[in-house]
Amino acid sequence: MAPSGDMEERRVAEEIRAEMVANVWKVVAAPGDTVAAGETLVILESMKMEIPVLTEAGGHLVELAVNEGDVVQEGDLIARLD
Amino acid sequence: MFETVLVAGRGEIARRVIRTLRRLKIRSIAVHSEADAGLPFVSEADDAVLLGPADPAQSYLDADRLIEAARRSGAQAIHPCYGFLSESAAFAERVALESLIWIGPSASAMRSMADKVAARRMMAAAGVPVAAGTDEPVLDVDAALAAASRLGYPLMVKASAGGGGVGMGAVHDDASMRTVFVSAQSRAERLYGSSDILLERYLAGARHVEVQILGLNDGRVLPLGDRDCSVQRRHQKIAEETPSPAVGPQLRARLFDAAVRAGTAVGYVNAGTVECLVQPGSDEFVFLEMNTRLQVEHPVTELVTGIDLVEEQLRIADGQDPTFGADPPPPSGHALELRIYAEDPIRFLPGPGTISRYAEPSGEGIRVDAGYQDGNVVTPFYDPLLAKLCVWAPDRAAALARAAAAVGEFVVEGPKVNLAFFSRLLADPAFASGDYDTGLVARMAEDYKAVTGKAR
Repeated sequence: MAPSGDMEERRVAEEIRAEMVANVWKVVAAPGDTVAAGETLVILESMKMEIPVLTEAGGHLVELAVNEGDVVQEGDLIARLD
Repeated sequence: MFETVLVAGRGEIARRVIRTLRRLKIRSIAVHSEADAGLPFVSEADDAVLLGPADPAQSYLDADRLIEAARRSGAQAIHPCYGFLSESAAFAERVALESLIWIGPSASAMRSMADKVAARRMMAAAGVPVAAGTDEPVLDVDAALAAASRLGYPLMVKASAGGGGVGMGAVHDDASMRTVFVSAQSRAERLYGSSDILLERYLAGARHVEVQILGLNDGRVLPLGDRDCSVQRRHQKIAEETPSPAVGPQLRARLFDAAVRAGTAVGYVNAGTVECLVQPGSDEFVFLEMNTRLQVEHPVTELVTGIDLVEEQLRIADGQDPTFGADPPPPSGHALELRIYAEDPIRFLPGPGTISRYAEPSGEGIRVDAGYQDGNVVTPFYDPLLAKLCVWAPDRAAALARAAAAVGEFVVEGPKVNLAFFSRLLADPAFASGDYDTGLVARMAEDYKAVTGKAR
């Protein structure tokens, strides 16, 4: 779900963005959480399908930009990891 | 015959029902949400009624608004299409109470099949084979683990009130049971308003084969043909064909017999489908579920039989005999349906958007049932089905070749679209051989990853 950041050598904050227009069905993680790679942060819902938003790498969840019930557009920030 | 029929669906299926109504010179009334106002099914109906906002609860699922729309438009009957309230026995009952005709089976037949736990028991009693599983609703994880220790793994965890593969999960051990059971139960509660769970033997590598039936007013239940629906992603069908390449004459006769028993056991009248799983490497099969409505994939049966199933539904609901005589016409040739979804062709994630360019294939043996046209917006509110590309040819090889050419001609630009998946499917050796099962799509994804080095 996250941009892979292939070009960056240094470890920078990882931004996780929405891949499609969707409703935020469930927020699973909370700011301050330490999360592992592949962990579910939020669950989106689009076109009758639940789409879990996963972390690509582990880290510290510094920001969670959405709330349950929000509508996100493609490219909207969902979370920021450190 | 009815003068006016309200079509209680949206997208391709509403448009398809309206087409038959027009051919039969019956006035059609479309109902729609604000989000769907620009779609072809709305403009092609003789009249259209706005139900409410995009949210299905305030539009397509709102029984009061549907009944009101039927009243105001002077409709005598309601065609439920598929999805939304099409399998709601309560709504079918309400329609009858309002002195309207429900173009579908009786509410009691629908209710018998709606609860999977009860349906399993009834099917077993009628002599229809069922998989090993729980005979009572499983209410919590501890009960699920206890049942699993008795039945053994692998098992499928299903919502008793669910259907169509939604919210299902296969489990192979206690650990996966704990996780899958909880998520299946929460989905069941949210989607169906019942947290009852059913556990059933999971048949890895099985084929999904179903039988189209038609229950007549004289009490007879006729099998019209089988459909193979083993091409699935997330336990949901994306391509179907008839006849099933895995079913020989003897197995077909037994499947038809089971389907007739299932329909007869619930006094089924109108069109319905009995779904079965055929076990790998044997001719054994088990009952999966019965869909008490028209199926998405009904066109393949129409292509090989020449029957218009919506016309038969209308005639039966009107108390008439079917269009054919004593026996349905025998199927001829081979037909295939590919579900063109607004989703990417690899991970199958949905991608709504505005259709900037749209061109359908056409020609001999090609039928496209589409819900959208150029300039339409595919919104995130409903399921991602854009169109069904259906192909008929005298034999399977010719049907696959014709389908591959048609996929190549189909242009959809704007939203994500899974057309490229079908090019790979039609070229896949297992699919081409006819020897494939419900694990095919997952294996294709593995192959794709191995070849391209990417999973997305």
